[in-house]
Amino acid sequence: MSVSQNLPLFGVYVHWPFCAAKCPYCDFNSHVREEIDHDAWAQAYRQEIRHYYNLTPDRTVTSVFFGGGTPSLMKPETVQVIMDEIAACWGIAHHGEVTLEANPTSVEASKFEGFRSAGINRVSIGVQALRDDILRFLGRQHTAEEALRAIATARQVFDRYSFDLMYARPEQTLQEWRTELQDALQYAAGHMSLYQLTIEKGTAFYTQHQRGDFIMPDDDRGADFYELTQEIMDGAGLPLYEVSNHAGAGQESLHNQTYWRYGEYVGIGPGAHGRVHVNGQYRATRAHKAPEVWMDRVRAHGHGAHPFEALDTEKRFAEALMMGLRLREGVSRTHLNAVSGCIFEDQIAEDKLVRLEKEGYLNCPDDDRIVPTIAGLQRLNAMLGYLLS
Amino acid sequence: MRVMTKPLKQIRNFAIIAHIDHGKSTLADRLIQECGGLEDREMKEQVLDSMDIERERGITIKAQTVRLAFTAADGVEYQFNLMDTPGHVDFSYEVSRSLAACEGSLLVVDASQGVEAQTLANVYQAIDNDHDIIPVINKIDLPAAEPDRVIQEIEDVIGLPADDAILCSAKTGEGIQELLQAIVDRLPPPHEGDETKPLKALLVDSWYDIYLGVMILVRVLDGKLKKGQRIQFMNTRAVRDIDRVGMFTPKPVLLDDMGPGEMGFITASIKDIEETQVGDTITEEKRPCDGKLDGFKPSVPMVFCSLFPADAGDFEQLRDSLGKLKLNDAALHFEPENSQALGLGFRCGFLGLLHMEIIQERLDREFDLDLIPTAPSVVYHIYKTDGEMTELYNPADMPDVVSIEHVEEPWIKATILTPNEYVGGLLKLCEERRGTQLDLTYAGNRVMLVYRLPLNEVVFDFYDRLKSISRGYASFDYELDGYGKNDLVKMEIRVNEEPVDALAMIVHRSGAEARGRQLCERLKELVPRQMFKIAIQAAIGGKIIARETVSAMRKDVTAKCYGGDVTRKRKLLEKQKKGKAKMRQYGNVEIPQSAFINALKMGDE
Ligand SMILES: Nc1nc2c(ncn2[C@@H]2O[C@H](COP(=O)(O)OP(=O)(O)OP(=O)(O)O)[C@@H](O)[C@H]2O)c(=O)[nH]1
Ligand SMILES: C[S@@+](CC[C@H](N)C(=O)[O-])C[C@H]1O[C@@H](n2cnc3c(N)ncnc32)[C@H](O)[C@@H]1O
Ligand code: SF4
Ligand SMILES: [Mg+2]
Repeated sequence: MSVSQNLPLFGVYVHWPFCAAKCPYCDFNSHVREEIDHDAWAQAYRQEIRHYYNLTPDRTVTSVFFGGGTPSLMKPETVQVIMDEIAACWGIAHHGEVTLEANPTSVEASKFEGFRSAGINRVSIGVQALRDDILRFLGRQHTAEEALRAIATARQVFDRYSFDLMYARPEQTLQEWRTELQDALQYAAGHMSLYQLTIEKGTAFYTQHQRGDFIMPDDDRGADFYELTQEIMDGAGLPLYEVSNHAGAGQESLHNQTYWRYGEYVGIGPGAHGRVHVNGQYRATRAHKAPEVWMDRVRAHGHGAHPFEALDTEKRFAEALMMGLRLREGVSRTHLNAVSGCIFEDQIAEDKLVRLEKEGYLNCPDDDRIVPTIAGLQRLNAMLGYLLS
Repeated sequence: MRVMTKPLKQIRNFAIIAHIDHGKSTLADRLIQECGGLEDREMKEQVLDSMDIERERGITIKAQTVRLAFTAADGVEYQFNLMDTPGHVDFSYEVSRSLAACEGSLLVVDASQGVEAQTLANVYQAIDNDHDIIPVINKIDLPAAEPDRVIQEIEDVIGLPADDAILCSAKTGEGIQELLQAIVDRLPPPHEGDETKPLKALLVDSWYDIYLGVMILVRVLDGKLKKGQRIQFMNTRAVRDIDRVGMFTPKPVLLDDMGPGEMGFITASIKDIEETQVGDTITEEKRPCDGKLDGFKPSVPMVFCSLFPADAGDFEQLRDSLGKLKLNDAALHFEPENSQALGLGFRCGFLGLLHMEIIQERLDREFDLDLIPTAPSVVYHIYKTDGEMTELYNPADMPDVVSIEHVEEPWIKATILTPNEYVGGLLKLCEERRGTQLDLTYAGNRVMLVYRLPLNEVVFDFYDRLKSISRGYASFDYELDGYGKNDLVKMEIRVNEEPVDALAMIVHRSGAEARGRQLCERLKELVPRQMFKIAIQAAIGGKIIARETVSAMRKDVTAKCYGGDVTRKRKLLEKQKKGKAKMRQYGNVEIPQSAFINALKMGDE
């Protein structure tokens, strides 16, 4: 039921930038609009897909991800148009993974059938919490009960689904989290994303937090939460395979692994990023974030991207390392050298690895692989700073 | 402007001296105003405090001289040369120079505060200079003014007759006319002076003016100063042609000449301020005068600290800026230094803590330099086993203990004046700081304490503690009082076993452990947790006297990182890498410079 191992990873990310309301913690490229011309959007996506196809022909798409914003607010017809275009351009691999992010309101869950018909085979549901008071605090448009019903629908409609929870929230106790997570596990099937709540600049929470309206757990407490989470998830047979992502064997998200394994991906839609090889160059692409500007650009130029950035070998090395070390499987020197064109030993002094290994932050099981431990994952930013300085 | 030189008997040269903030500069304002030196619209408060930093802090740093014309009761116009002086201890060398150029002093005492430590120090200096002194009780407009008590205090504490003190308010102008007339009546004219003799003038001060170049303040004793005249500086032997002669009203005004007893400025196309040694005697090249004047004792820096640019690229700029400040501040000393913890910088010498603070602030403000100062320290005398003595300016340079026979530190004689009720607290403070009591006398409800103290114990935060114990009422003055042997040791701070040179300090053995513990605790709070644990230790010789551990951080990871976050995350790492310039490597950990900087800011809480 999975994509052939022989195919190189090639993902398409499609960004739908609209939401019903803006959540106070969210710094994603999401916007609230009274009216949306769905047909116009469908056409713009088609155009941009075509544009990138012309730059990157000769690939087969191994995964598609509709992210947002709230893509479950899209019309299934729009999803259909996009899927058709992707299929017409590159073609989609047999058993290709096609995920759509969904918010669990009843209206959106009622569209799941339509999404399936349009080609979606996996949903990722933004449950966030299983308590109504918390959901209100988080500014969500759904109740816990609605979320559970959405999960039930997803279970019936799709082969695979995942859902997201946010923890280490203000005032949350470890015991509360244990209860909530164990409760949530009853509804899980193979995959869950568990994110510690982060206060991001430019959000309502940021201001409130600065004002002292609520207190966030400090790093020590964050660590307690993280360690407890691992304990529970290991017990439930859903160990982490990435810093915040858990799956049973074979249930990992292929699309997201494409990012972490530093595969190629195309970013479609406002604010979407991509990493693609074009004419022997490795390009980082980035689209205009404002929906209207993006739309105008696509109409005028066939795409909404800013000038691309060509990534030199060192930048590629840094990116591949920082993404790769997020994975429990780690990275290999061979892989890093292959994707970056660097020589590992020139980039990272051996004694640093020895030191980190001694400290219990990573393992080097052979001459090639570098595998972070849980303790290492938990301190990844510091570790990367140390390795790359 | 044509201003004729005056006969001696129509000249009065005087300094205004007082404790800090007793109103010298404000009194000068009134005298200037009353004599018409400035129009009302040109007047502002403490008009002589012209540097930004003086205006902002409301204190005088640099002495200023103004020439005023006053028509006395007898209808005769007198020439007053008034010198406003600083009140703070650190700048007493400015006072001493001014006193040497005058024959009289106005001793200003705040009617509500009474006699304070700096009042004493300055009046003694004035007496040493054979000055006639008029006591001036200022601020009589204040509700808390007690002129009678203060008059009594002047008589009791200073022993100066004060029944004829002038009562005035520099704020309302009350008593100012009376004071002007008293200056004529009670202060002497310049003692002697012969216009026909060869030129003999005292170089009172010199500074650099961006428009006029090097300016020299002079007091003429004999002969005349004229434009075009060829003069010689007797100490430096330099010969120059005068290109300007002038006075301050306080605006600079050019004059044709200057005669005996008068004060004013000259310029002589001097490029290098080093040529103008304060205290030097100026004479004519062709017709030198008979002997040199006594001159001044050079000012000695007492407090040292190192200054490092926060941005290593600013080193050259720091050198230039210090050089520029030195043009107007002969008391500032500096030489390059290389620190492992903080990079390239300068070891600087200052007159005292306020002087140090002001220089740091001017570097920051006028030259836009971000600085890292180390803890203030004094000059130690290291006697080696081979009998040699070396002066130690920087604790980091302390030689190996085995080669040291003994160490001596500078002592001071401190005079503290305080209201009765704070004596207990102040005695305790002096004892804690290893002081020895020399004297304790009561005068009315005030007490004068005289203590011998190690200067090192005072440079830290003595003054702040004194003020806080006495709720601001006690005042303090000091003079150097030789060197004394003591059990002094170098305390090192180590991070992951490596010494941090900028944090090394000389301490008395008895206080070392407490100090070491305090510094380690403080650093522990300042050093951000990292992936590896960090050992912080205080050590004397090889012996660890205090230790703290910064445990490893437990969590530092971005929760979400997908396709769109890669660029941002990479740029963050690149920026972090650039920030490494401000980090110092100790073993396997990098400590941000800011941690050391903040540890250095520590007081003796
Ligand atoms: N009420 C009142 N305040 C005064 C009088 N004279 C001075 N002051 C105030 O006292 C403060 C100190 O005055 P300054 O003239 O700066 O004192 P100073 O003696 O020159 O001080 P330093 O140069 O720093 O030693 C200022 O706030 C003045 O406004 C006075 O006669 N009456
Ligand atoms: C692209 S976002 C939003 C998807 C979808 N619109 C929703 O709200 O469920 C995907 C996930 O990131 C997580 N997330 C968003 N903001 C976060 C924050 N500030 N801290 C931690 N997790 C966050 C949430 O769990 C969210 O479901
Ligand atoms: S969290 Fe999801 S629903 Fe909420 S604003 Fe962000 S993208 Fe929209
Ligand atoms: Mg003043």
